[in-house]
Amino acid sequence: MSKPLELPTMDMENKEVLRRIEVGGDMLLNMGPQHPSTHGVINFLVQTDGEVMKRAIPEVGYLHRSIEKIGERCTYNGFMPYTDRVDYIAAMFANQGWAIAVEKLLGLSVPKRAEYCRVIACELNRISSHLISVGTMAMDVGAVTPFPYALREREFINDLLEELCGARLTYNYLRIGGVAFDLPSGYADKVSTFLDHFEKILDEFNRLITYNEIFIKRLGHLAPIPAQMAIDYCLVGPNLRASGVNFDVRKQLPYSVYPEFQFDVPLGKGEVGTPGDSWDRFWCRVEEMRQSCRILRQALAQIPNDTQIMAKVPRKIKAPEGQEAYSRIESARGDMQYYVVAGPGENAHRVKIRTGSFTAMGIIDSLSRGLMIADLVALIASLDVVAPEIDR
Amino acid sequence: MTFEEIQQRLAAKFGERIGALAPANKDASLVVPPGDVVEICRFLKDDPDLAFDCLMNLSSVDWPKKNQIEVVYHLWSYAKQHAFILKAQLDRAKPEIASLEPVWKAADWLEREQYDLMGIQFQGHPDLRRIMMPDDWVGHPLRKDYAEQTQWHNITTTRENSLEGYVRLDELKKKAAEAAAAKKEVLQ
Repeated sequence: MSKPLELPTMDMENKEVLRRIEVGGDMLLNMGPQHPSTHGVINFLVQTDGEVMKRAIPEVGYLHRSIEKIGERCTYNGFMPYTDRVDYIAAMFANQGWAIAVEKLLGLSVPKRAEYCRVIACELNRISSHLISVGTMAMDVGAVTPFPYALREREFINDLLEELCGARLTYNYLRIGGVAFDLPSGYADKVSTFLDHFEKILDEFNRLITYNEIFIKRLGHLAPIPAQMAIDYCLVGPNLRASGVNFDVRKQLPYSVYPEFQFDVPLGKGEVGTPGDSWDRFWCRVEEMRQSCRILRQALAQIPNDTQIMAKVPRKIKAPEGQEAYSRIESARGDMQYYVVAGPGENAHRVKIRTGSFTAMGIIDSLSRGLMIADLVALIASLDVVAPEIDR
Repeated sequence: MTFEEIQQRLAAKFGERIGALAPANKDASLVVPPGDVVEICRFLKDDPDLAFDCLMNLSSVDWPKKNQIEVVYHLWSYAKQHAFILKAQLDRAKPEIASLEPVWKAADWLEREQYDLMGIQFQGHPDLRRIMMPDDWVGHPLRKDYAEQTQWHNITTTRENSLEGYVRLDELKKKAAEAAAAKKEVLQ
């Protein structure tokens, strides 16, 4: 689409449920819950007049597993495997958010080597998550070739993470106070070999799809989100940075050992269209992969040579009742937050997980007005929403 | 700005309605009267020194012993890079509070989630309906005294332990063996 579409407005006066109001001559479509381009079980109630949508109302909850309630009934350690299921594409971050929240609750400090192991695992996971995102986004707008390219690289990362923790998807690698396993011998060499190979692939990927003229014409100017709107709707992560807001939890509120690394935060500039358009969100993810490679190289070079990967953690973890902790980490889908209130015994009184996909879904209703149906698919893909992370 | 400076700023504006920071926790928080939440949040957003442009998280905690439901607002300012935590304590029997959707759009979905799972009525919310659970679900699952309904549209909400199937099979085998033994005795 070469011409900018009419900008979505922030006015939300008519916020009744669509199915309860008269839709006149418009067509009412259910896009979902099982639809190949929604990446999971989400339903969109679309009110259209021909190809142009008047509204698209997201309906979520199909994958609700009440993970927050489970968190109230498990011990602190026992909840760790469940956090994997919050976001199965970037499970390491959900692990890390929970670990940091409970460590804050207990006032634990984690050994340096464990922090480096976490960073290495997380950045590998970030690359693999972004690969899924950019691959499926290209596929959703019609370019099938980049998808296997992206997944092929992801397989290497899956192998690396499998060697590290034994799992390819739901890692359960982090522990409260450290990590479960040390890096296997020769791991640094393997990761470096992969990075040497992968950085070339990223350039190739840019040539293949990112700067492809058809791709740019399809996504430039599409559904731009102004910075103020992105903040108001609480978009996080690459979606926020694509709108030009310079905020990365790793930089602004550093946790773990991130202050020890040099890396840049890519910001959307509207290189081929309007700042904050779908192409910018795509480009931000591609660039973030490059930055993750930089972090990984530094982490592998700087990792301390001791063997301590676990802090001294009591066998039964208990925190003073009513004490609270709040953790913020930069997940692949942005600022992920855990709010934990300690209970009387070995489990939490309340666990609240604020995920990036949940708030990203909230913006679709106001963005969708005036878009084409096919552009809704591109918009959802560019926001990189993962259905289980929305519903938890 | 630190938490204390923000609290002092609020106290200067709103006077006695602003209490002291709760010191028990590492991240201090401020309890505000439920009726004043919108007014205070508008001030927090519009004041150029505070500039809280983002509602980062909205959660709620059920305290059956205190007979309270506590709504927790985590605020964040991208402009000033500082955070603040507001709390409002509601009556557990009738939890009602004004909606913050007019102040921050992010409150729309976050409030719907808390309405669905904790049963808090956000007054003035433009579209307050369930978000996770089906529309005709009974009860609010994150309440401490929540009892799950046994079935929903003839779909049972409980599942038997898969081991119990084996137990039943064992019993069947046992009965068959007993029957066979009894038959043998009769024949003898």
